[in-house]
Amino acid sequence: MPERTHDITLTVNGVVRHATVPARRLLSDCLRHDLGLTGTHVGCEHGVCGCCTVLLDGEPVRSCLTFAVTVSGHEITTVEGLAGPGGRMSPVQRAFAECHGLQCGFCTPGFLCTVTALLRENPAPTDAEVVEGLSGNLCRCTGYQNIVKSVHRAAELIAEES
Amino acid sequence: MSGMDTRVAGGVGASALRPDGTLKVTGEFAYSSDLWLDDMVWGVTLRSPHPSARIRSIDVTPALAMPGVLCALTHEDVPGLKFHGLDHPDTPVLAIDRVRYQGEPVALVAADHPERARRAAAAIVVDYEVTEAVTDPWRAAFDPSCPKVQEGGNVLRHQPVRVGSVFEAPVVVTGEYEVGMQDQAPLGPESGLAVPAEDGGVDLFVATQWLHVDRDQIAPCLGLPPEKVRMTLAGVGGAFGAREDLSMQIHACMLALRTGRPVKIVYGREESFFGHVHRHPARMRYEHGATEDGRLVYVKAEILLDGGAYRSSSPAVVGNAASLGAGPYEVPNVAIDAYGVYTNNPPCGAMRGFGAVQACFAYESQMDKLAEACGISPVEVRVRNAVSQGSRLITGQVIDSPAPLAEMLRELEAFPLPEEPAAGGRDLRALPGGVAQTTHGEGVRRGVGYGVGIKNICFSEGFDDFSTARVRVELAGGEPHVLVHTAAAEVGQGLVTVQAQIARTELGIDRVTVAPADTRVGSAGSSSASRQSYVTGGAVKAACEAVRARLDKLAEENPGLTLPELLERSGPVEETREYRHRPTYPMDPVTGQGDSHTQLALCVHRAVVDVDVELGLVKVVELAAVQDVGRVLNPLALEGQIHGGTAQGLGLALMEEIQVVDGRVRNPSFTDYLIPTILDMPPMRVSILENADPAAPYGLRGAGEPPTLSSTPAIAAAVRAATGRPLPRVPIRPQDIALPA
Repeated sequence: MPERTHDITLTVNGVVRHATVPARRLLSDCLRHDLGLTGTHVGCEHGVCGCCTVLLDGEPVRSCLTFAVTVSGHEITTVEGLAGPGGRMSPVQRAFAECHGLQCGFCTPGFLCTVTALLRENPAPTDAEVVEGLSGNLCRCTGYQNIVKSVHRAAELIAEES
Repeated sequence: MSGMDTRVAGGVGASALRPDGTLKVTGEFAYSSDLWLDDMVWGVTLRSPHPSARIRSIDVTPALAMPGVLCALTHEDVPGLKFHGLDHPDTPVLAIDRVRYQGEPVALVAADHPERARRAAAAIVVDYEVTEAVTDPWRAAFDPSCPKVQEGGNVLRHQPVRVGSVFEAPVVVTGEYEVGMQDQAPLGPESGLAVPAEDGGVDLFVATQWLHVDRDQIAPCLGLPPEKVRMTLAGVGGAFGAREDLSMQIHACMLALRTGRPVKIVYGREESFFGHVHRHPARMRYEHGATEDGRLVYVKAEILLDGGAYRSSSPAVVGNAASLGAGPYEVPNVAIDAYGVYTNNPPCGAMRGFGAVQACFAYESQMDKLAEACGISPVEVRVRNAVSQGSRLITGQVIDSPAPLAEMLRELEAFPLPEEPAAGGRDLRALPGGVAQTTHGEGVRRGVGYGVGIKNICFSEGFDDFSTARVRVELAGGEPHVLVHTAAAEVGQGLVTVQAQIARTELGIDRVTVAPADTRVGSAGSSSASRQSYVTGGAVKAACEAVRARLDKLAEENPGLTLPELLERSGPVEETREYRHRPTYPMDPVTGQGDSHTQLALCVHRAVVDVDVELGLVKVVELAAVQDVGRVLNPLALEGQIHGGTAQGLGLALMEEIQVVDGRVRNPSFTDYLIPTILDMPPMRVSILENADPAAPYGLRGAGEPPTLSSTPAIAAAVRAATGRPLPRVPIRPQDIALPA
């Protein structure tokens, strides 16, 4: 028996997108496979590594733990949507590139989404607040030192540019 | 000629930014798991549930009957050689008549959707006759009644080291140590895309550490000449040794050739734990004899490394454990026996530190025991025995470049210690257990520990270790432009940045592009053994020098012309060069003597920890490191390597272990296999020394692995200092501290 599917509508990175998916389709698979947005990475498939973090109405969520049908009608921002008008990289993106806040880069999209939300809530976090705020994202390459620096640098860039 | 100014920005020594950094922060960088073709289908691997079993039969017909399934393959469908392997082709492409570890690949399915492929694989009927699994490496090695995992016997290599004959001393300390099975846990899972070609060959896009050694294993199994297996490096989501052995490469190619469709295989995290080799777990017995003032008289050791079911790179791992088994200390008398054994446990092979990590934990634990027995400080005992330039290793090899271990230790010791927090009112986030509020400071003790590590850089023991680079200078938009082409795998370490820096410095041209790595250029060797800056860096330098010589000649023949004018006249100037490091030699099979390494690197760590001694929870407060890298090519990237290597050593000290019970992996997920989070990793203090190695390009010394060695024993020593427990095993578990046997 063919599996029942559902038509959903998401606003992804400001663009209205439609997809037809089974109820159990993960948001991560929907983004990557149905919508072709492979910038969102899947590292563990069970909500531990944080590589798949996207912003749901501005708040970070694990797209690998979210069913696509449950976010129909909502706004999703992925790493591909973080850049500003004209494709200029956001301060968070620039800070990670500038401060060597990445090596293999597989975890980076998740970190960028988490940090974008963190700095919106807390524009000048302390080290302790950065570490607490990023404790749900794993990085295997950097030992996190330059990620902390990147967050502070991003906060500076945001302050300078606002 | 203005274009030859070697002071161009972004050259060797600058903190040049990664050229792939922008794509990695915009989400456009294509990792192997992101590859997509509209007509592609999905491959899935059926794996053995048993650590040891005979296969009576395999029936794929139920899978073939399922919707969307294109084919289901077994060992009978392997077109060529049915075995592969890094060191020796002993690993079946697909299991033939028996399986030797849980997770061994048995059959393949291709289907039009990954879920359909998974369901079809589950429908394949394999009739197993379960046999006794050999899971105790000690028994495997030394009990003649133990079943043989491989026909040649269970000891895959025994490497002794014998020096001197004095094995008595006034002070003797002994210990038995264990290192658990660590996983590389790169965040990007094994994955790739195989595309069948019109000529009967295949194009494979994959995340790997060494394209050419992959191809040398893939092509014979496919029954194809090497030139019909064309490989391109896809984006690599970390490696750390996990991608040295083949995973899905041959499988995807087989499915692609059979179906005539592009085939994508992506492992999930659970499958990844079964799809690559791990760090060898080790059991080690050590005895150190010394004078009363702590000078080493002898070291005796037995090092047993569990290689699991297949050979992988175990022989070389054993060689490292043996040759570096006493650490960077002067020892006049040595009796070390290192063994690698086959068992039905998960196969083990390369992981950052490669055989040097396990021994380092043991010999450093011994040095602390010795310090205590002699009533001197941990730093003092290490300084008194430290090697320096001119010292002999236990293999007889003379260290012929700077090795300022004593100075490094003194510098490390002089770093200010982090302040001890005042009692009461402590920030919970800084305590072991954190905001879980397992303590408000009561029962928390601070400890400080030191660790030292020595790692061989590049491949050792006579391996013909080389890299190839093609460098081309041409006009692009009227400006000189350099194209660097190698097959070297950028796995995150920053090699792509360094290659461009070298080209800028050597050619004085700032516009440099590093071409995608593929097999259209000669082998670069592996992105492992901390060797790529040395060997591929050396090849890029040599090719640039050859190009520069031609440009200089052109300039001489055409006085007064600028570089763009010369290139306009000459067309592109291109040279290809191979670069080899100094040869190395095998270890004597009886005495272990020989100049087996080409370069040695040192790193030292100090760890400061707070331990809740009642609950056994550890908070690492600070890690400090001093490393001598010969010459810094890129400060930013180098520090990143030291930070990351240190974090993996922290993981081994405190949390990372694949738990294997009766040959079965019990924790193949990131819920149960713990890798350090940002909360676990403390701030780091790093000091980098530049005492050049004259034999190496720019005097550089490989840097990626050494910090992974020394951080583990430093943390273990700090936890011992805080708790007073002996803690002979890493990772240290809460029960080892709070509920000692």
